[in-house]
Parts: sequence; C-alpha cells; structure tokens
Amino acid sequence: MAGGQQTTSLRTYALTRLGLALPMVLILLTMVFLLLRVAPGDPITAALGGRLPPEQLEERREAAGYNRSLAVQYLEYLGNVATLDFGETIVDNRPVTRVITQNGAATLELTVVALFVALLVGIGVGLVSGRYRDTPVDVAGRLFGILIYAAPVFFLGFLAQLVFAQWLGWFPTSGRASPVTSYDLDTPTNLFLVDSLIALDFSAFSDVLSHLVLPAVTLGLVTGGVFIRLIRVNVLQTLQGDYIEAARARGLSERTVMWHHAFRNALVPVITVVGLQVALLLGGAVLTEQTFNWPGIGSELIRYLNNRDYIAIQGIITFFALVVVIVSLLIDLLNAWVDPRVRY
Amino acid sequence: MSVLSARDLRVWYGTSRGPVRAVDGISLEINAGETLGLVGESGCGKSTLGRSILGLLPRGAVIDGELLYDGQNLTELSQRDFRRLRGPEIGLIFQEPMTRLNPLMRISDHFKETLEAHESSLTDEEIRRRSLDALGGMGIPPTRFRQYPHEFSGGMRQRIMIALTLVLRPKLLIADEPTTALDVLVEAQILQILGDLKKNADTALLLITHNLGIVAESCERVAVMYAGQIVEEGAARTVFSQPAHPYTSELLRSIISLKTTELHYIPGAPPDLADPPNACRFHPRCPYAMQVCTAKDPIEVRAETGQRVLCWLHGPEEEIPPGGKAPLEREAIAVAEEA
Repeated sequence: MAGGQQTTSLRTYALTRLGLALPMVLILLTMVFLLLRVAPGDPITAALGGRLPPEQLEERREAAGYNRSLAVQYLEYLGNVATLDFGETIVDNRPVTRVITQNGAATLELTVVALFVALLVGIGVGLVSGRYRDTPVDVAGRLFGILIYAAPVFFLGFLAQLVFAQWLGWFPTSGRASPVTSYDLDTPTNLFLVDSLIALDFSAFSDVLSHLVLPAVTLGLVTGGVFIRLIRVNVLQTLQGDYIEAARARGLSERTVMWHHAFRNALVPVITVVGLQVALLLGGAVLTEQTFNWPGIGSELIRYLNNRDYIAIQGIITFFALVVVIVSLLIDLLNAWVDPRVRY
Repeated sequence: MSVLSARDLRVWYGTSRGPVRAVDGISLEINAGETLGLVGESGCGKSTLGRSILGLLPRGAVIDGELLYDGQNLTELSQRDFRRLRGPEIGLIFQEPMTRLNPLMRISDHFKETLEAHESSLTDEEIRRRSLDALGGMGIPPTRFRQYPHEFSGGMRQRIMIALTLVLRPKLLIADEPTTALDVLVEAQILQILGDLKKNADTALLLITHNLGIVAESCERVAVMYAGQIVEEGAARTVFSQPAHPYTSELLRSIISLKTTELHYIPGAPPDLADPPNACRFHPRCPYAMQVCTAKDPIEVRAETGQRVLCWLHGPEEEIPPGGKAPLEREAIAVAEEA
C-alpha cells in the first residue's frame, strides 16, 4: 500500500501542477500583450515614426496588421506564440525566434554555468560556515558572503578582468569565443560548449570555456553570496532540530547526523530560492553581458528597448515569461520529489 | 545490581548571568529491571539529568562528579565512546514525538541507519526483520514501514520512537516525559508498553515526569527533585503514603482528583538556578521552615519510614545549632529578599 500510494500521489501532484501552469501561461501572455499596447500609437509608429514618410508608415502598419482591432491582434498573438513564431524585428528585420535561439542560448550558457558556480560556492561555504559556527572559518565565510553579495556585478567583473585577464593573462577579457573558433565552429545548438563537444573539437571547447570562466564566475559569485547566507542559517536552524538530537541519542555517527539529517534538510528550502534566482539571473545577466561584451539576450533586449522595437521586445519578454513558468514548474516538481510533505 | 549509579553529580550551564546549577550534587542508583520515577516541577533539572547520562548536554555545559555505568565513569567519556553507548546500552525516549523523526526520511530508513550504526554485520533482510519485529511489538503494521513520519499520528510516532529505541535492546532506558504531549488514552497505552518492557526484557527504566499519577502507577522507586537536588528518594509506596520532605507532601496535596473541592498550590515559584536561595533551596516556600533552614545546607538522612531525605525536620539533631529549630518569620524572608 505504502509504496504504490506514494508514487501515485507524486504523479497526481505533477499532473495537477502541470494543469495549473496553463492558465498561468495564459495570464502572463495576456499581460505581456496588454502592457505593450498600453503605450499610445502602434509599434511601427513608435519605432520608425519621423524616419519614414506618413504614407510608407501607413503601408507598413497595414502590412503588420496594426490597423485591426485589439481582439484580433490578441488572438493572432496567442496563435503565434503557440506556433513559436514571434515575427520579425522592426529595426533589423531579424526573426525574433532567431534572436531567442542565438542570443538566448548565449545567456542560457552563461546563466547555467553561473548557477553552477553559485551553488558550488554557496553550498560549500554555507555548509561549512553553519557546521563550524562562530569559528574563524565561519567568520571568513560570512565575510566572503556579504562582500560578494554587496559588490556590484560590474565592479566584480572589471576587477576580474583587470586581475585575471590584464595582469595575469589567464583568461580572455571578453566575448564568447576567439574569432577563429567562432568562424570554424558549427553551432546547431548555439550553446558553444555543447557544440564544440558535438564536433569533438577540444581546442574550440577549451577556447569557449576560457571565455566563459570570468563572466560565469562573476555572475555566479554575486548569486552565491545569497546562497551562502541562506544555507548557513538553514544549517544552524536544522542543527537545533529535535530530530538531530534524537539522531545523536541513537548513537549515529556525527558524519551521518550531518549529511543525512542536517545538511540534506537544510538544503530543501534552497531549491525554491534557486528557482527565484534563475529568473533573477536571466535579468541580472544583462550587466554581466555588458561588462564582458557577451552577446546574450539581455543586451539584445536593451538594444531593442532603446530602439522602441515592440515586436522584438514582445517576443523576448514572452520568452522570459515562458522560461520563468517552466523553471517554477520544475522547481515545484523537484520540491515534491525531495520533500514528501509537499505532495499532500 | 545497579546499572547506573550517580555520585555527587553536578551539571552547570555557563550563562551571561553566571553558572546555572541545573544538577547540583545528585546521588542516585538504578537497578537492572527496575523502574525509577524522577519527579519535579518544570525547570528543576530533571531533563538535564537525563541528558547528562547520554552525554547530550548542550555546548557550555560543565559536568562533574561520578556517573558509573558498567564500570566506566560517563563524565570522563569521550564523544566517540559515548556514541557507542547511545542506543545499544542506553536509550532515550523524548517528550515531543512529532518533531523527533526526520520528515524527509521513511520510517524504514530511520531503522536502517540506526541498526547499521551499531551492528554493521547485519544484512538488509535481518535489518528488515528486526525493524518489523520492533514495530510490531508497538502495534505498527508492516504495511506502514515505508511511510513518512507525517503520515502518522502523535501517539503512533511516539510508539515508532520507542520501537526505534528498543530495536537496539538497550539495558537502560531513559524516558523523558514520554506521554506529556499525548492524550490520556495514548498515555495509558505508552505506559502499558513501558511496563511490559521490564517484565519481558531486563531493562532498567528511568521515567522522568512531572505527573505523580504516572509514577504511582508504574514505578517501584521514586526520586523527587527540587532545584537541582534530590530532596527525597525511596520506595514509591512509602513516599506517596508517608512523604518525608515538605516539598513532596505539598506536591502530593496539589494533585487534583474527583474529591478535590479547592485547588492547592505551593506558594512562590521554583527558584532561579543561577541564584538559588541559601542553604535549603525550598525554605522560601516551605510551610515548616526553621531558622536553621536559611543558615546551613541540609544533610541527607534516612527518615523513620526508610526513604532518603534532605530536610532539617529529620535531623540530624546534633548538627542543628541552638535556637535553630525556631520557626522562620516570613517577614524576615521578605526583608532578606529585598536586601
């Protein structure tokens, strides 16, 4: 009874959660659509007004369908999202889908590696700090955490460029790859690390990796500062727990008590925070991308914002919204899998 | 034969207000197969005494004196050696069962890690059988072995905790208010289980409680604790019918029964253990307090009825200075406290 019941309930939970995600997506899409229509005028006028004669402007408005009613435009927008077609940008006529796959992949690569760095630093320092509370190790860990959390990301970035690129020359200053690599490498996924592995081109791989180190570590450290403090506090709280004392009273070794009871339980709330951080990282990556001249989707979004390219903005924001929905769905499922109490 | 004997045991907590004397010079023996009740108000140090036997004192606690178990002095034991005792030799059952199991672990995993920690030679099948036997003895069916703690009620969780303690077959079991958080029916059930235990196995039980009814029901001997000291200790029947210490008799008068028409309580509050009263700790609340009670520490004597008692009312006469037996003026206490 026990085992069967639990897997069923996990499945039920997953299906329910999935069902709830659909209305969430619809609400998000509606909001994106409405917010971009609140501004007076239409996207074409906003982007090109004053630069084209009125007749040409009118022509392009009609071609793009902005003279139709909002309801029709809304349904068309939903249809486009369903078929993953976000139209073409106004200022440079790129398909928005390509902006997302090319620049989005660059951002994805950066944020995933940064998140990895953040978790490594955050969990490592956080657990040690919490375990050895009030020792010099803990004080150093806390100080490190608050410093990297408080430092602006561009400051850390410039510092890293100065020390590791300029003075020591260990890593390149900026960009995603050296020109030779970008020219030679086939990029089916646009994730250069993956592409170079698919092509079994290891010199390209190490080139891409060395370009990735500074931006990813910079972005990762800033996020890691949050994790350090959060995990340290969680460990302290868990160690006060009644089941920790009970585990010791059963004569479990200190190692078992720490790893099976304290650390594991302390890391559960972190899953939720990781989910929130992923959304923040997507936006927060903009500063890092600017600092390291990283051709990510954040920099592109800013460029299109400056040009008032509503089609591009709408497409990119829709993409962000979908990513956030998917990540929060994954986080909820992960939570339910790790913590049996969530499923009920 | 005594399983555990404490001699002049002291446990002090260092605090910013100075040392808190939670256990202050206790001598006690527990024999194999015997149930000893330890009663006292909240904050009198009874839980600290229980924890000190397992070496589970919080940071900043200092332990001194002698605590003999199986020929070793536990107060001098390293944490590593203590770990081997905890479980197979001395088991502890807690007051609050709801939070004592790790919410992320199945019941089966709790048993597995516990058995593996002490009997590494067991196979998975033996672990399973031993665990199910222990759970079965507590009335938990095998179908629930792989469930999580939140799927059980409070009473069931306490029975699981007891099974988890008994699966290692300890020689001494310390039960710290095991039924306080449970309702009366479950309480009766748990006490039944603990009672059966000493019949079947030769396990000694130290039952820590503030509930005198429980002690009267299930203990052969009882020790009454007040402000870090044992003020009276003897056969449960004698202590309840002919209490020797004023605190015990006041405590017994406070029990509520169907015949109770008026609530009796002991005036005053338990003393602050960081700054306990001089000499006899109970004198500010004692209806029979004498001059000597504020001046000299009481000496342990045997009362006429046979129990050990820490009170000047029972002598020794030769130690009481002239005029010491004059009753204490309550005003004098008030003045002394204000000064």
